[in-house]
Amino acid sequence: MIEVRQLRKRFGDQQVLDGVDLTIEQGESLVIIGRSGGGKSVLLKHLVGLTHPDSGQVLVEGQDIAQLDERELLGVRRKFGMLFQSAALFDSLTVEENIAFVLARERNHTPEEITRRVAEALEMVDLPGTQKKKPAELSGGMRKRVGLARAIIYRPEVIFYDEPTTGLDPVVADSIDKLILRVCNRLRVTSIVVTHDMRSMQTVGRRVAMLHEGRIYATGTPQEMMSSADPVVSRFVRGISDEKEHTF
Amino acid sequence: MLDLPVQIIRGVLAGLGRFSLMVMEVVRSLATQRLSGRDLVAQMYFIGVKSQTVVLVTGAFTGMVLCAQTYFQFHKVKMDTATLAVVSVSMCGELGPVLTALMVAGRVGASMAAELGTMKVTEQVDALRTLAAHPIDYLVVPRVVATVLAVPLLTAESVAMGILSAYLVGVHLLQIDPGYSVVNMLRFTDHRDVLMGFIKSLIFGGIIATTGCYKGMHCGQGAEGVGHSTTEAVVYASIAILMSNFFLTLLLTRLLALL
Repeated sequence: MIEVRQLRKRFGDQQVLDGVDLTIEQGESLVIIGRSGGGKSVLLKHLVGLTHPDSGQVLVEGQDIAQLDERELLGVRRKFGMLFQSAALFDSLTVEENIAFVLARERNHTPEEITRRVAEALEMVDLPGTQKKKPAELSGGMRKRVGLARAIIYRPEVIFYDEPTTGLDPVVADSIDKLILRVCNRLRVTSIVVTHDMRSMQTVGRRVAMLHEGRIYATGTPQEMMSSADPVVSRFVRGISDEKEHTF
Repeated sequence: MLDLPVQIIRGVLAGLGRFSLMVMEVVRSLATQRLSGRDLVAQMYFIGVKSQTVVLVTGAFTGMVLCAQTYFQFHKVKMDTATLAVVSVSMCGELGPVLTALMVAGRVGASMAAELGTMKVTEQVDALRTLAAHPIDYLVVPRVVATVLAVPLLTAESVAMGILSAYLVGVHLLQIDPGYSVVNMLRFTDHRDVLMGFIKSLIFGGIIATTGCYKGMHCGQGAEGVGHSTTEAVVYASIAILMSNFFLTLLLTRLLALL
């Protein structure tokens, strides 16, 4: 469904992506892992068309979205939903207005239908009755749930998750992982999760791709990654730093 | 040695290019997309209604001080009753539009840059894009249209308040003859002066909104980036208003003379 070919991106002197090749099949649950600052979120933004590459292709159902302008991309993005690291809720709107944003702009839904679908989406993310709250009144975990409700309400084919458990306590992080699994199974969507949380990787991932030095360094199941003998993969999944290397 | 000037020139040209592309996208959006009435009304309320106090106070005190200064000079040559005519012509063609635009740039331009800049650094602009909404359609166009509509109305209020204040100061404080003052004011204030002020205020509205939105949409990272953008939005809009005012005066005086 999504194919990345020789994707390269440089910011100033830093070559963030240096020839990424990756194929994502429809319905699969892929987790992209890698070190902080290693380009995971940059890769994710390329997949959604939020960033244009210096070279390479991002093919979505055979169409190279790297060649499209912003208006042409709007149609493609209708297939995507995205949960941002900070949830990125519109802070001037209520929870209900945030979730209903896409439906309200389409102008072909009745207010009753929008209200019903917002309630359904909130039910799915275990936050019923919060329609009238403002994002500032929500905790970090609740914001992520609302962000996810906003991403699923228009039934996208692919949902991207950018560090969904970052900044959450382990219990809330686990509940978000279970929520991602539930959404994936119930809506039968393709899930692409960027994380450096190994517990999250094992819970939500069916296939894992590790981004290292601007390329996909290794792929496999979560179990294969956890038991890998490769020193780079092994050190990363076990969280062991190299004393000779600056890790910050 | 030439690196720094070359970098500066390159930076300025790149900025102008990005600004032009944004303005072109605004025009394209206006021509092809339906503008949300709800968004427009919300922006009109914030830009127009909420700016009235500052604009009216500016107009009132500008009119009063202009009246007093003009009177002090004209009184020496016994031309007291021409005072309100000078105030009226100045307020309609120059001071009304320029001072109103500068005050709106300070209040609204800064607010636009800060709001859009914060949305950008908190990924809300990216979120909009993933929700299949073009940021220009949703964020920029309603602000530009609302500002272009609101600034002429605010200017009219400011001019009216300035003339009224000048009348009160001139007649009641400086004892100028009210009858002759009003007759002279109406005699020397041409419809061209009013038209010039109206056209200028439309253009100034466009300058304020596009500069504020551009600075917000292209702000740097973090709180520092938002702070810089907010400051630059006000500074650049103010400079552009003052510079364009000179050229507009020359151009419009010639064009309106044809009417």
